[in-house]
Amino acid sequence: MLDTFLALLHGVPVSLAVTGLAFALGAVLGVPLVLMRRAGHWLPRLLARIYIEIARGIPPVVWLFIIFFGLGSGIVTLTPFQAASLGMGLISAAYLAEIYRGGFLTLPAGQDAAAVALGMTRLDRLRFVLAPQVLRVSIPPMATFLVSLLKDTTVASTIGVRDVMMLVTQQAQAAGGGFAPFISAAVLYILLSIPVALLARKMDARLRARTSR
Amino acid sequence: MTDLLTNWADWLPQLLKGLGISLQLTGFALALGLPLGLVLALASSARGPALRWPAIALVEIGRGAPALVVLQMVYYGLPSAGLNLSAFLSGAIALALTTAAYTSEILRAGINAVPQGEVEAGQALGMTRQDILRFVVIPQGVIFAVPALMGFAILIFQATALTFTIAIPELLARAYRIGAATYLYLDVLILAGLVYLAVTIPFGWLVNRAARRLGSHLG
Repeated sequence: MLDTFLALLHGVPVSLAVTGLAFALGAVLGVPLVLMRRAGHWLPRLLARIYIEIARGIPPVVWLFIIFFGLGSGIVTLTPFQAASLGMGLISAAYLAEIYRGGFLTLPAGQDAAAVALGMTRLDRLRFVLAPQVLRVSIPPMATFLVSLLKDTTVASTIGVRDVMMLVTQQAQAAGGGFAPFISAAVLYILLSIPVALLARKMDARLRARTSR
Repeated sequence: MTDLLTNWADWLPQLLKGLGISLQLTGFALALGLPLGLVLALASSARGPALRWPAIALVEIGRGAPALVVLQMVYYGLPSAGLNLSAFLSGAIALALTTAAYTSEILRAGINAVPQGEVEAGQALGMTRQDILRFVVIPQGVIFAVPALMGFAILIFQATALTFTIAIPELLARAYRIGAATYLYLDVLILAGLVYLAVTIPFGWLVNRAARRLGSHLG
């Protein structure tokens, strides 16, 4: 059991890399997406809405197949690692945009009004008044999302990424059955998600100290 | 473009057959998983630690382990324990276990949302603890949980796509097979994506409506 567990550790850097890249991509792309979602004009709002519905309505594994096998057959050839990071990142953008949107909704209207009264420009209001507060309330749901993203990236193994899940399957085949590889994997994924939860709590406490409600 | 549309028309019946299997898996997973989820929800808020701690551990492991790991464990692990199940049954059981772990937390939140005054009113009427749970707390708690449970149903429907890894001929597996035969992976996978959307998007609207209706109820 310990051997199996140790063998799975070799997949951890790849799993974390896919998760980290996808999360970073999603966190960045989620910003223009939420701004479009909250725009005054109907067209950006509609486009953002369509993107979010489509990204979240199709299972992640189907997205990876579309990107890796679909686009891969003659349009853009990506490595499994690139395809998985890109695909999970594009999906994450939709989820994170909705998390940011939830953050905007919690802001008291007076915050923006006060900034307007002070003569701040639109961009300054966003940057110095709204965004920091939105980020603070968004951190706990973002951390929850990161943990579920780590688990969802197991589908990367289906397009050939050598992550923890791929090693689990190999170990299971080598062992010729039994529960050991799967239980090891479950334990490993749970252990990996604990630091994320702790980090989120710490960041939450720090940002809470810097902004008042 | 006309080529694409004729191909889509050719493939759609196959994919819809696959969709039928995906929906059946979803149905089984919910039918088996929800009652188990309710049992876990009650056990994990029980007073006795002998009941509470094992239930909490089960829920945390079930939620912490990726659905794909659970699926492969049931499919590849159970035969070595002497239990040979069909791929479909393995898939349904694995998804049901994941469902139970997640929905137990949703149901627990719903049960906790039942106002304490309701329980006290039951006590004042001389109802036993069991009757209060059965007739007062659970019915209302489950209703509070309905929108979140419907949202989870969408996720578990999406998770059925994972069962192509254990050779269940559901929607994704059929699309991939057509892709492998025709080399038109992009065309067929996009059609598969649209079929998934045709289920998830309208159902998502229903979830929102249910949430709004319940919200106005609680007002």
